[in-house]
Amino acid sequence: MNIHPTTAGMTLAGILFVLGLISILIRRNMIFMLLSVEIMLNAAGLAFIVASSHWAQPDGQVMFMFILSMAAAEVSVGLALILQLYHQLKSLDSDEASRMRG
Amino acid sequence: MNIAFYIAAAISIFSTVMVITRFNIMHALLYLIVSLLSVAVIFYLYGAPFMAALEVIIYAGAIMVLIIFFVMMLNLGPETTRNEKQWLKPGMWMLPALLCLILLIELAYLIAQNKAPATGITPVAPKEVGRSLFGPYILAVELSAMLLMAGIVGAYHLGRQKKKILHRFFESNAS
Repeated sequence: MNIHPTTAGMTLAGILFVLGLISILIRRNMIFMLLSVEIMLNAAGLAFIVASSHWAQPDGQVMFMFILSMAAAEVSVGLALILQLYHQLKSLDSDEASRMRG
Repeated sequence: MNIAFYIAAAISIFSTVMVITRFNIMHALLYLIVSLLSVAVIFYLYGAPFMAALEVIIYAGAIMVLIIFFVMMLNLGPETTRNEKQWLKPGMWMLPALLCLILLIELAYLIAQNKAPATGITPVAPKEVGRSLFGPYILAVELSAMLLMAGIVGAYHLGRQKKKILHRFFESNAS
């Protein structure tokens, strides 16, 4: 178990990102799709933090703070959009045809 | 550092897999909070303690509470209490609580150990981050402030209930 920390952190970020991508592809519930976007943003932030510690520069952490503020704005607007769609469609399915019980 | 990193990484991957395989949104949110907390522990390990605090406060605190309020707001009705009783079975919250306990023990161990971080990791102090944030990145800070303002205004505008009545005359006629 002698992996370099940067390699380990980048691998973890990649695994988390791919898990979020799989989730956004297989889910039909809109709240779950929003959650998977959150997972992917979090993985990107982890990659930035790992890169920041690798080069010992504060730029990666600054980028993580920007990702954080962007995620907050995105969640508020996305939830408002989902609320409007729910009032219109009476359903949270992203396509009405397939019922995934998600 | 190694074994602590592997424990936190295993917890984060496991809880993320549990997020994408749950059918109930509340259970998924519970596991997503565990995943975010474990990622915060990993931030602490990589020499970014301030970012770990921000992750806990903003991601696991503010954003998750916003989504939970939203989910609670959507399904109003008499079946809410039944759902609540169904969601609070001990088997459902026992596993996330256990994972959180492991993370807490790990974090307490790391803080009490008070050792220099592992080889290949150089911690970046929050002071340098702040100096860089308000030095070369000041334009991006202003832009993110505008983004947050646009988020507030957009959420207010989209979340408002539209009035269907066009004029007072129609209202008095209809009633």
